[in-house]
Amino acid sequence: MATTGKSKTKETSPSKTVKVYKGWCKRCGICVAFCPRQALETDKDGYPSLKDPRGCDGCGWCELMCPDFAIVVEDAKS
Amino acid sequence: MPNGRHIIYDYLRTTKRFPHMWCPGCGLGTFLGAFLRAVDKSGYTKDQIVLISGIGCSGRISTYADFNTLHTTHGRALTFATGIKLTKPGLKVIVIMGDGDATAIGGNHFIHAARRNLDITAIVINNSVYGMTGGQVSPETPLDVRTTTSPYGNVESPFDICKLAEAAGAAFVARSTVYHVKLMERLIGRAIDRKGFDVLEIISQCPVQYGRRVGLKSPVEMLQWQKDHAVTQEKARGMSEEDLKDKIRIGALVDNEAPTYQEKLDAMKQSFKGVE
Amino acid sequence: MQKAELLQGNDACVRGALAAGCRFFAGYPITPASEIAHGMARELPPLDGTFIQMEDEIASMGAVIGASLAGAKAMTGTSGPGFSLMQEHISYASIAEVPCVIIDVMRGGPSTGVPTHLAQGDVMQARWGAHGDHPMIVLAPSSVEECFRLTVEAFNLSEKYRTPVVILTDEVIAHMREKVILPSADEIKIFDRRKPTQPPEWFVPYRDPGTGVPPMPAFGEGYRYHVSGLVHDEMGYPTTRADEVDPFIQRLFHKISRDFDKLQWGEEYYTDDSTLDIVAFGSVARAAQRAVKQARERGMKVGLLKLQVLYPFMRRKVTKLMRNSPTILVPEINMGQISREVKRVNQGKCKVETLNKVAHETMTPQEILDKIGEIYA
Repeated sequence: MATTGKSKTKETSPSKTVKVYKGWCKRCGICVAFCPRQALETDKDGYPSLKDPRGCDGCGWCELMCPDFAIVVEDAKS
Repeated sequence: MPNGRHIIYDYLRTTKRFPHMWCPGCGLGTFLGAFLRAVDKSGYTKDQIVLISGIGCSGRISTYADFNTLHTTHGRALTFATGIKLTKPGLKVIVIMGDGDATAIGGNHFIHAARRNLDITAIVINNSVYGMTGGQVSPETPLDVRTTTSPYGNVESPFDICKLAEAAGAAFVARSTVYHVKLMERLIGRAIDRKGFDVLEIISQCPVQYGRRVGLKSPVEMLQWQKDHAVTQEKARGMSEEDLKDKIRIGALVDNEAPTYQEKLDAMKQSFKGVE
Repeated sequence: MQKAELLQGNDACVRGALAAGCRFFAGYPITPASEIAHGMARELPPLDGTFIQMEDEIASMGAVIGASLAGAKAMTGTSGPGFSLMQEHISYASIAEVPCVIIDVMRGGPSTGVPTHLAQGDVMQARWGAHGDHPMIVLAPSSVEECFRLTVEAFNLSEKYRTPVVILTDEVIAHMREKVILPSADEIKIFDRRKPTQPPEWFVPYRDPGTGVPPMPAFGEGYRYHVSGLVHDEMGYPTTRADEVDPFIQRLFHKISRDFDKLQWGEEYYTDDSTLDIVAFGSVARAAQRAVKQARERGMKVGLLKLQVLYPFMRRKVTKLMRNSPTILVPEINMGQISREVKRVNQGKCKVETLNKVAHETMTPQEILDKIGEIYA
């Protein structure tokens, strides 16, 4: 089930990881700009990347908003 | 735990080349994702869905999704949908159109499909402009906006798609922005679940052909604009007409029960059996 | 034994369509074609078929294509002004290879013209009215019985070749009443579109199976595929690759032209020893038949080829006439449309005379006879 877009009170969620498919990403910047916890940053090539895994609470908003199906929030283990 | 990934990738055509053809930051991709998640929740199988689109950037949506798909002519998607639905009423027929598609060249088909209350879900992706052909003024371009065919400012008033649909007899009318992605997904789901003619207007962004003409320089600024200008039905109730002037109402706007075209046809056919 | 009936051409088209298995009709009122819609509106619902009056002819043609994609045999009927509106979707049906039948009951044009008197001005529109390079099959009945038979055949051809088929009738053929004995159901040969014969996962929707005509599943049968008005590859997806576009367009044409010899449908009268042959179609062919008989009575060796297929143009039969006759006469109620085709295939072999009438009234046998006399003089 998708979680809500609001950040949880939980500080960190190291069990999550954000995967970016650079072949599909068009570097529009939407995910970085609207991440509810500002956990994403733009790398030197313009692609999104996670600043600090503990900053992401796994809400999945970036994944829902990405126009290119290029960003995925997953369990760290998988 | 978000599970969009697996859902979306299950419905995208692996035989199609990605990334898709839309420009960086275009709202169509985000819409497609929400649409596929909503279809998944609806319980319809891929074989039961017919996805029909018109011409323009939105027209390409049908190519990417693994349903029975039909990429029709400019403005006429609803006419094809009519033939399909009446021939195979068991199929779930969903039509996706752009704003020029649905309200300019297809305006007549749009109001008549609504009038008939065909059991069809019609989604209009409104980005206020003709994107694919080079940024021309559309029936949804606001007054005074300069486009390639309104270089001195648009002198025509835009349609309110939802009011048009309501007046024409649509059973369900709703609006969302692309920014309100979860609302968008819920409304698509509601429209699919309902019977009758459903109209869903999605306020979308065209960063390349529209945003830069109205001072919104990036997809991010356009989404911020959507966020700032959308008001839910609940919130709108407490606001004055003046405050609502430059706002976009989002949510379900009309929800009526009325017999569908198919139901009336079935009743008519039933009467023949009675005669014999 | 079927009983004799008094029917008008439009009614016979309805009966032919139903006999061929047509179960969907979408149309828009227009004289002199409206009786086709009336008949379908009356007959289809009890047969569990669908009749719908759409908001215009463009919409009608869109609904017909949709119905056909969903598996129904579908048809529309109109006259010149509506036929113009339909061209957009006839083009679509052609590229997407959607079987469907369009009846154009020609009336006097251009535009609203002389409603709703007789003309044959839509011949070129039937062939070339739709945009882009496309093949077209056009049939032209000249009697009530032929309205029935050629409507059945129009469906058969559209199903066989996955292509739109136009039936060109005219105001006289449409409204004329004749005594006919229609064949019973078991006397009528019906052709249904070929369906895929492999599991869906192995289905390549637009691959040429060798006949030029890919099998066609209906939506909802488990063969999910993409239908498009864009030139597409074998999977149905848009392509701009020259090595895919060229074979695609070639296949569209060749799937029909390969059977060109089978489409030489016409009736010949007195052509064995003729020195002047008339080539005519529709209501004019009836007048020509009478004129030929009268000319023979006066000792003039005149023959007639009545065209039932206008397109692909019946080159085989027409050139055969040209080998025997020094002169061909083409009477028609327009400024010269089928005569262009006759001249095109003639290539200087013989003299092609034309008789054109655009008063939007019937051409009489006497007018044709006068022209024959003129040529003989």
